[in-house]
Amino acid sequence: MGKYIAKRAGYMLITLFIIATFSFILMKLLPGSPLTAEQKVTAAQRAIIEAKYGLDQPILIQYFKYIGNLVQGDLGVSFQLKNQPVTKILMAGVPVSAQLGIWALFIGTFFGMLLGLLASIKHNTVFDYGANIISVLGISIPSFIFAGLLQYFVGVKLGWLPIAFWGTPQQMIMPIISLSIFPMAISSRFLRTEMIEVLGSDYMVTAKAKGVSNFALVFKHALRNALIPLITVMGPMAVSLMTGTLVIEQIFSVPGLGEQFTRGVLTNDYSIIMGTTLFFAFFFILVILIIDLLYGIVDPRIRLSGGED
Amino acid sequence: MSNEPNKDLFVMAEDREDTSEKINRPSLTFWQDSWIRLRKNKGALFGMIVLILIVLMALLGPVFSSHGLDDQDLSLSRMHPKIQGLENISWLGLDGKNYQEFEAETLELADQRALARFQQPDMEFIEADVKQEPNSETGEPAVVKYAFDKYAAQGVEEYYWFGTDTLGRDLFTRVWLGTRISLLIAFVAAFIDMLVGVAYGGISAYFGGRTDTIMQRIIEVLVGIPNLVVVILMIMILDPGIVAIIIALTITGWTGMARIVRGQVLKLKGQEFVLASRTLGASHTRILTKHLIPNTIGLIIINAMFTIPNAIFFEAFLSFIGLGLQAPDTSLGTLINDGFKALQVNPYIMIFPAIVMSLIMIGFNILADGLRDALDPKMRE
Repeated sequence: MGKYIAKRAGYMLITLFIIATFSFILMKLLPGSPLTAEQKVTAAQRAIIEAKYGLDQPILIQYFKYIGNLVQGDLGVSFQLKNQPVTKILMAGVPVSAQLGIWALFIGTFFGMLLGLLASIKHNTVFDYGANIISVLGISIPSFIFAGLLQYFVGVKLGWLPIAFWGTPQQMIMPIISLSIFPMAISSRFLRTEMIEVLGSDYMVTAKAKGVSNFALVFKHALRNALIPLITVMGPMAVSLMTGTLVIEQIFSVPGLGEQFTRGVLTNDYSIIMGTTLFFAFFFILVILIIDLLYGIVDPRIRLSGGED
Repeated sequence: MSNEPNKDLFVMAEDREDTSEKINRPSLTFWQDSWIRLRKNKGALFGMIVLILIVLMALLGPVFSSHGLDDQDLSLSRMHPKIQGLENISWLGLDGKNYQEFEAETLELADQRALARFQQPDMEFIEADVKQEPNSETGEPAVVKYAFDKYAAQGVEEYYWFGTDTLGRDLFTRVWLGTRISLLIAFVAAFIDMLVGVAYGGISAYFGGRTDTIMQRIIEVLVGIPNLVVVILMIMILDPGIVAIIIALTITGWTGMARIVRGQVLKLKGQEFVLASRTLGASHTRILTKHLIPNTIGLIIINAMFTIPNAIFFEAFLSFIGLGLQAPDTSLGTLINDGFKALQVNPYIMIFPAIVMSLIMIGFNILADGLRDALDPKMRE
C-alpha cells in the first residue's frame, strides 16, 4: 500500500509540473499583454512597469523564478487588482466555491441515493421509470440551463428567491440546487444499477430465506454492498462540480473562484488565470488520488492488484 | 422372458443427420442483430428520431427562412415568438405579444411605465389588464398586466416563430444555424478523438512490451491533467473560433478512447484467429486494421456517441466564461449566453436555444445508452 501511494504521489507531482510548465509557456504565447488596456503609457513608463514585474528578463529566468515561487506556494502578484498577491485573491474565493460545491455534492448525492434506492426497490414500476427519466434529464441537461430556468421562474416570475449574490441562505438555495442536479442524476443511476445487481445475488436470497425483514435486507445487507462502487463516480462528479462552479458562479454572481477566473480572462490578468488553473489542476489531481486510495481501502481486491502493479 | 422389452413399445428413431445441421433461421450479421436489439429499446428509438429531426432542421431550417444570420433591423427588435396555429392557445405565449406586469401607485403611472418599456407614444397597441386596483388608504399599489403587440405596431405581417433578438435578428434562423455549428464542432471533435484514440490504443496494445509501457505512461500523465484546464489554456492562445475549440477539445479528449481500445485489443490479440492470421503471414497493419479494430467497433461507436454531447456541452460552457465563439459566428452556446443577458425581461431569447440544446443532449445520451445495450450485450445492466 505504501509503495502504491508513493507511486501515485510521484505521478501527481510529474503531472503538476507539466501543467505548470505548460501554462507558463501558453501564457507567454498569449496575444495581448496586461498593459494593452493602459493607453497612455509611454515607453519609459512601460519599461518601469515591466521591470517591476520581471517581464523584461529572459523567458528562461522568468520560468525558473516562477517554478521556484510556485514550490513555495507563491503564485505571484495580480496585474490588475492593485498588486494583491494571487494566493490571497484565490483564498478569498476558495471558501465560497467550496461551500457551494460541498453543499451541492451533499444534497445531490443524498437525493440521488434516495431516488436510486426507490427505483431499485420498486424495479420496473412507475417509480423506476420516473427515476430513470429524472436521471437521464439530469445527466443530459447542462447545469447552466437549469440555472437559467430556475433564475427566471423562481427568481423573476415568482419572486420567491433573490436572483443573485451570495451570503444569506435564500441566496444560496438556487446556485446549490442548479449545481446539485448532476451529482443527483449520476448517483441515482449508479446506485440503481448496483442495487438491482446486489438484490438479485445469491446471498440476498439466502438472507431472505432465513427470515431477515425487508427493511434490514435493503438497508443492512444490500445498500452497504451497493454503496462501495459509488466511490468510482466521485471523480466525474468532482470534475462536473468544478466546471459547474465556473458557470453557476457567473450566472448567480457568486464571488468564488469561478468569478475571479472569468474576470482574469476578461482583463488579461495572466497571474490570476495561471493561479486558478493550477489550483484547479492541483485540486482535481488530489481528489482523484484520494478516491483511488479510498477505493483501495474499501475494496480489498483493488488493494492487492494495486500493490502488485 | 418377462425381462425382455416389448418391441412394440419402441419405434425406430428417424435418421436426422441431415436435418440436425439445418439452419432454421436466417443468419444475421452483427449490424442486423444490433439493429433488432436497438429497435426494441423505445428510449433509444425516441432519441434517434429526435436527433434526426434536429439534424434535418439544422440543415434545412435556415433555408425555409428568408432571413440571414446577421440581418439586423433595430425596428424589429424583441419581437416575441408567434407561430401560425399556436397563436390562439394563450398559455403557450406564442401569440407574438409581449406580456409585462407593472406595479405603480396609480394606474396612470403604470401606463407610463409600460409606454416607456415598450417605447410607444400611446396605448394603441397595448392591452391593459388590471390585476389589482390601487388603494390609497392601505397603500396597495396598482398591478397591471400589459400585452404589447409589436407585430401590429410595426405592421409586420410575417411570423417570427422563435421571435427576434435584441438586434432584430430572426431567432429561428439563428437557432438552427447555431445548431449546425454546435453539431459540426461535436462531430469533428468526436471523429478526431476516434482516429487518434483508436490508432494510439491499438498500436500500444498490439505491440506491447516497452512500446506499451512508454505509451501508457504518457497517457497516465495526460489523463491527470483536467480537461477543463487544457481546454481553457488552449483556447486562450489560439484565436477563438471553431478550429480553436475543436483543437482544444481533442488535445486530450482522445485518451479515453485510447484506453478503451487498448483494453479490448489486449484481450483479443492472444486469440486463435489472430494467431491463425499471423501464421498465414499477415502483416501487423493487416492484423490491426482487418482483425483487431473491427472487433472493437462496437465499443468505439459507443464511446464516440458519449463524446458528442460532451463536446457540445464544453462548447457552450466556453461561451459562458467568455472563451467561446466570437460574433458573427453563432453556436447554441453563444445563443444561450446572449439569452441570459435578456433573461429577466425577454426569456424566450434563451428558452428556444436551451430547448434545442437540451434535446440534443438527451437524444445523444439515451441513444448512446441504447447502442451500448445493442452493440455489446455483455455490458447490459
